[in-house]
Amino acid sequence: MEKRQETIKNLKKLGSKVVGEIDKGVNPSLDVPIRTLSNVKYDPHQKMITMGSGIAKRYFFNVGHVRKFVQTVEAATVAKELIDVNKHLSLRETFYRMKRTLPNSSINLVDEQEESNEAIEDLELITGSSRELLHVNANKLGSVAGKVIIQDKGDVIDWSKLGSGGWSIPSNVEDIVFKKVDAKFIIYSEKAAEWERLHEDRVWEKLNCIIISSQGQATRGIRRLLQRLHLEHKLPVYILVDGDPWGAYIYSVIKYGSISLAHISQELAIPGAKMLGLTAEDVVKYDLKRHLIKFEEVDLKRLDQVKNYDWFKDNKEWQKQFKLWKELNGKVELAALSSKGITFISDHYIPDKIKNKEFLD
Amino acid sequence: MLGYENPTKALITIVKEFVDNALDATEEARILPDVKVIVKEVSPDRFRVRTEDNGPGIIEEKLALAFGKLLYGSKFHRLVQKRGVQGLGASGVILYSQLTTGKPARIVSSTGKDVHEIELMIDVNKNEPKVISHKEEKNPNKWHGIKIEVEAEGRYIEGKQSIPEYLRQTSMSNPYAKIVYDGPNGKVEFERAVKELPPLPKEIKPHPYGVEIGLLRRMLATTNARNLIGFLTSDFSRVGRGTAMQICKLAKLEANKKTHDLNHEETERLHKSMQMVKLIGPPTDCLSPLGEKLLEEGLRKETKAEFVVAVTRPPSVYRGNPFSIEVALAFGGELPQEGTAQLFRFANKVPLLYHASDCATTDAVIDTDWRRYSFSQSSGQIPQGQLAIFIHFASVWVPYTSEGKQAIASYPEIIKEMKLALQEAGRKLAIYVRQKHRIKERELRRELFEKYIPELAESLEKLTDKRKENLISALEQIVKKSGVKSEEDGKKAGNDKESEKTGK
Repeated sequence: MEKRQETIKNLKKLGSKVVGEIDKGVNPSLDVPIRTLSNVKYDPHQKMITMGSGIAKRYFFNVGHVRKFVQTVEAATVAKELIDVNKHLSLRETFYRMKRTLPNSSINLVDEQEESNEAIEDLELITGSSRELLHVNANKLGSVAGKVIIQDKGDVIDWSKLGSGGWSIPSNVEDIVFKKVDAKFIIYSEKAAEWERLHEDRVWEKLNCIIISSQGQATRGIRRLLQRLHLEHKLPVYILVDGDPWGAYIYSVIKYGSISLAHISQELAIPGAKMLGLTAEDVVKYDLKRHLIKFEEVDLKRLDQVKNYDWFKDNKEWQKQFKLWKELNGKVELAALSSKGITFISDHYIPDKIKNKEFLD
Repeated sequence: MLGYENPTKALITIVKEFVDNALDATEEARILPDVKVIVKEVSPDRFRVRTEDNGPGIIEEKLALAFGKLLYGSKFHRLVQKRGVQGLGASGVILYSQLTTGKPARIVSSTGKDVHEIELMIDVNKNEPKVISHKEEKNPNKWHGIKIEVEAEGRYIEGKQSIPEYLRQTSMSNPYAKIVYDGPNGKVEFERAVKELPPLPKEIKPHPYGVEIGLLRRMLATTNARNLIGFLTSDFSRVGRGTAMQICKLAKLEANKKTHDLNHEETERLHKSMQMVKLIGPPTDCLSPLGEKLLEEGLRKETKAEFVVAVTRPPSVYRGNPFSIEVALAFGGELPQEGTAQLFRFANKVPLLYHASDCATTDAVIDTDWRRYSFSQSSGQIPQGQLAIFIHFASVWVPYTSEGKQAIASYPEIIKEMKLALQEAGRKLAIYVRQKHRIKERELRRELFEKYIPELAESLEKLTDKRKENLISALEQIVKKSGVKSEEDGKKAGNDKESEKTGK
């Protein structure tokens, strides 16, 4: 309740600042913290990506700014409305809520969801209230299974008794209460297909762990859930991603935080998370060379980019990985492990790695 | 024959020779030119061309000679800024017409007294006029001028290199003339834009540096001077007795040698020596540039541009020949919105229609950095935009690249002067263009903000309970008050990129 009041206050403050400037007859402006690589820092002590203090002035009376300016204010209006009626909208719905045509023109206030997404991210930074507090939800893209009992909105849910689909992770996991956690570690997979493999093989039961997946980049809800389990129940987090620069970045986002959400790394990053695979060595060890998918121009460019991120730059182990990947000149998908046997990943790959403590940090 | 290489060009050359003569004659007599050009199709490859002027006419005794003897009057010796220098002239037209159709030319002339009408052919072997018929009539209206008509083979086209385009451009460089064109596809009138003639160019003697060997030979053959030293001192400008002696010495020739006695080799030695002595430049007050006002009027009238600026450079000298460059730039209005700028080239007020790529004017335009003046330009290219470029080269001797007389040679002195003129005009035009851009940009900004104002007001009303109407009028006040100056935007917010500040 108190947080809700504070969020409303922050949104109104934004409005009054703009109105005040209009009344004074000056060019209204917003101070938007910058969300690009230029304004994030890697903090080696916290092992986290943190945000710099760079701020961009966004003016209404500026041809290049006016559109984003109005989008940001409109995002605030939508958020206030949502909190007032205590309802939530998805990012997609928020896009439609904001979309309209300017009078006497063919200009839409937002044309792509990307624009409304950015407006909301800017709003989070300006007001200091996270998207969850603004009542905007991301898509649910993740599943979880394990010997865990939780309470969510009054319902008691047992993660081990939800059939083949598992529990689908909501975008806001703040209010979830962990009633009972019986697990020794967490396996996170970037691929939903691999999660289904592990779930069908009941890996969570055999290895006494929690299995969590996303589809591609982990959403905030998933990351926050991972972090809470990691911190509140001291569970190590092991990460499974495809063997390519994109997988490496997904790993680093869970571990160190992301560039675009650097301002909330504290709530999302898990510096203790470790990478299980796929590593370049796995390619040799598990005879996956013939399944290499040749790198394309864009993959190589990404590889160089990721390699030079501050959080990877001084990491010898990882630099070795990048060098090996470059030599291999191709990527390997988690799914390729099925060439060794239907349940190879569940019966051998994961248990062996965990037993031998074969992690990449 | 020069200028008659193909039937299309031949027809243009006929008109050009007649019109050049008409304009030269009227101008010299200080009469505002009224020129009429009639081109009618006799058959698809045969045309009747007639021009009429209001010049001083030619007296009866000289009429046949003036038109019926090639190179008569030999303009070659006279160094004066004139249109028809170096050409075959009207007698060439008559010869061409006679060779292609076998018909005589019909010429009507009057100096204000009786009117004479002759039918004229040329005896090619003797280079003599042959008068077929001669009529004399009373002239109660005291008409004066020349009417000349020929029938010749040719092909008629319209477009970039055509008779109407030639006349249109002639009207640009001669805005004091009225030119009426009655062609196969109807009548066009090129109106007179100003009622004053440019001053008459003065005749000067050749300067030793500018004399070509061929001209020197002709001068030696026709001079009235008896010996070399007399020839040098009396037939050239800037040559005194001392310099003349020096030239003779350098050429290893006796100062009192008879001019007619010089053999081929001696003439070459003399020519070479003339280039070696130190001399001051030729007088430059002999030129008659159009002047900035006439230039502007001429270009404005034919391009219907919204802005025209002209620059006349002070005279300069290349190889002993005085010359003056004039440039005018036209912008906007009815000029084509897109594409390459139009280039109009003139030598002694005569439009140059062919060989643009070989011409000093083109080189100078390409060498000029038009991006400085807000026009886009790829390297080695003519600029893009709603722009017409007019370049006039006025000189006693035009250094054409070839005998076709369609392109000016790229002497460094000439290119330099052209570029200076283009730059000066470019700077003046840029002021106008930038201001126009600024006004347009401001309008666009204003329109853009006005679209977003109600949106912002509506959002803010919901967010703060302020009344939408009040917010709209307050925002509109800001627009009005500041005029939404681009400077304000730029200074405060680093143009359109969101400025980055460090610190709090």
